[in-house]
This record gives sequence, structure tokens and C-alpha cells, in this order.
Amino acid sequence: MKWEFKSGIPIYLQIISLLKMKIAAGELPPGSQVQPVRELAMEAGVNPNTMQRALTQLEQEGLLYTQRTSGRFVTEDKQVLKEMRKSLSEQYVKDLFEALSKIGMNREEIIEAVSSFESTDEKEA
Amino acid sequence: MAVVVCNNLTKRYGKKTALQNVNLNLEPGRIIGLAGPNGSGKTTMIKLMQRMLVPTEGQVLIQGKEPGPETKAVVAYLPDRDFLPDWMKVSALFGLYQSYYADFDRAAAERMIASLGIDQNQTFKKLSKGTREKVQLILTMSRKAQVYLLDEPIAGVDPAARDYIIRTIISNYNPEAMVLISTHLIADIEAVLDEVIFLKEGRIVLHENADDLRTKVSMSVDEYFREVFRC
Repeated sequence: MKWEFKSGIPIYLQIISLLKMKIAAGELPPGSQVQPVRELAMEAGVNPNTMQRALTQLEQEGLLYTQRTSGRFVTEDKQVLKEMRKSLSEQYVKDLFEALSKIGMNREEIIEAVSSFESTDEKEA
Repeated sequence: MAVVVCNNLTKRYGKKTALQNVNLNLEPGRIIGLAGPNGSGKTTMIKLMQRMLVPTEGQVLIQGKEPGPETKAVVAYLPDRDFLPDWMKVSALFGLYQSYYADFDRAAAERMIASLGIDQNQTFKKLSKGTREKVQLILTMSRKAQVYLLDEPIAGVDPAARDYIIRTIISNYNPEAMVLISTHLIADIEAVLDEVIFLKEGRIVLHENADDLRTKVSMSVDEYFREVFRC
């Protein structure tokens, strides 16, 4: 996942979403160690203070935890991870509904379109 | 406590006012963007902090002291144009910095130069413009200073060099230090800024936390800059 930032949204919030995506996608697996703040900041091309702010919030949400001597890790708490996935997917569904209602589809039509959708991967399989 | 303070700082060149009643408190541990169009007073402000110019009125204090030899020992300054004796070899420039500045980390500078594949035995003036800018930045950032004053460090370099420069700034500044970066190209550096200052015709029109500003105006700092300074 690339570090790309949109305009008009605080960068620390965008970092939080990106890191959640990385956790959800298994790029940062449960129990794995997170890079030091400065390294992450360099990779993302952002201010280390901004990165620190994002990591602190993820800690408060229970997705990351710090072990005083060895660094920062991704949680292994299945419940927390499940809830994070749920809230991420809700965001996608919300975006989908917003986009499709803009082109004039109602709720039923959207649900119909989603349930009849076959991804190209599935077809090939 | 603020590491750089400006009190009613004013600079006039004859009848022309370059800087008008500037009041600022800049805190350590911050990367601060000093943004404004050409001629808005950015370079004047930085030069006042280095005592290369003398205020017409008001004052600027660095760690509570007037700029002078004592403050220059803790301030790493990157001018907006080539400033090094260009007949010297890169290795000799390292020696120059080492003899001038007690806080210069030569080993760090040599590592960075080597990682870029720049030949230390090359004469400075024979390097390309982008490489010269990188060498100057490396020399500046290899000091363990309290204050970094970077005047247009990214003007006129290609995007790859710009990314390199930004990474060099992030990875080398001391977290207790304050970095002031002047620029008229905000988009290039806005992701690394804690705070932004907008300078318009010698006056400060905005000084704010970058993420707070994005929330408030629902725009990137760059978009907002274009709106404030629309011609």
C-alpha cells in the first residue's frame, strides 16, 4: 500500500486509515513489530510528529501496543481486529452507496447490483 | 519555551518595507513552513535571524540572545543560493565545516555523500546544480544544531532530488530542534510541516498547525495558499 495523501483531510487521520488498511490486509500482521516512528515517517514522507500522533491514537484504540523496551506491535486481540475490519468495511459500503446514489440508483437497485456482481477473479476460478 | 522569538520585527530598505511588525514564537521540536510569494519577506526574515541584516525596528532573539557568533554556533543555515567556495573539493568542504562548527558530524555527512554516489574528490563547481544543492543540504543537516534555517531548499531541483532532500531533513534533524523551511512551493513539502506561516507583503497573515488548518478550511495547505495569494 502506497503512502498517498489527499488534500483537505488532516494527514494524521489519513495515516491512521492507511495503517488500519495495512493491518486489515495483513501487510502488518497481528503481533508483528511496527517500524520506529522516524523510519515510518521517512517512508511516508511525513513529519515524525504527525506519525507519532497517528500511532498514539492507534494505541488508544487498542490496535497497537508498546512494550517499553522492545518497541511497538500490532495487537493480537481478535475482537479488536474484527471491529476494525467492520468499521473499515462500513466506510467502503458508505462510499459505494454514496457513489451509486449519485448516479441515480436507489437502495434496492444497489443491493441487487452488489449481490449479482461477480468479480473477475471469481469468474476465472 | 520558544527557541526563536520575533518582537515587532521590522525591516525597511530605504522607503520599501520588507518586513512589518512581525511577532512570532517558534517552538523547538517543530518543522515550520515559511510560505509566501516571491518578495514577501521570507529571505529577509531568515537573514535577520542570522544577523546578515540588522532590524530597522524590533528584535529577533534566538534562545533569548541577539543573533551573533554565539547563536550561529547553534543555528545551521542554508542560504537560498550557492554559498560555498566552489573551487574546493567536497572533502575539503567537510574539513571547512568541521573547523567552523563544533556540532558538525563529519561521519554522517560522509555516509550521506557516499550513499548518493557523489565523489568526494570532485570539485564543487563541477557538480550539477541538483547535486550541489544536495551537498549543501547535507552539510547543513549534518550539524547537530538547535535551529535549522533552510531558505528555499527545494527550489529548482527535480522531483527525485526533492524527495531525497525531504527525507534527509526528516531523518537528520534533531527532534529537539526547530526547522524553519522557506518556500513558495508548498505542495512539495506540506506533508512534513507541523506548522505553517503565511507571509504576505512583509506581514504575517497566518500562523497555524498544519493539520488544524486542513480541518478548518477543508483544503490542503497548498490549496489554501493559492486562495490566499491568488493574483
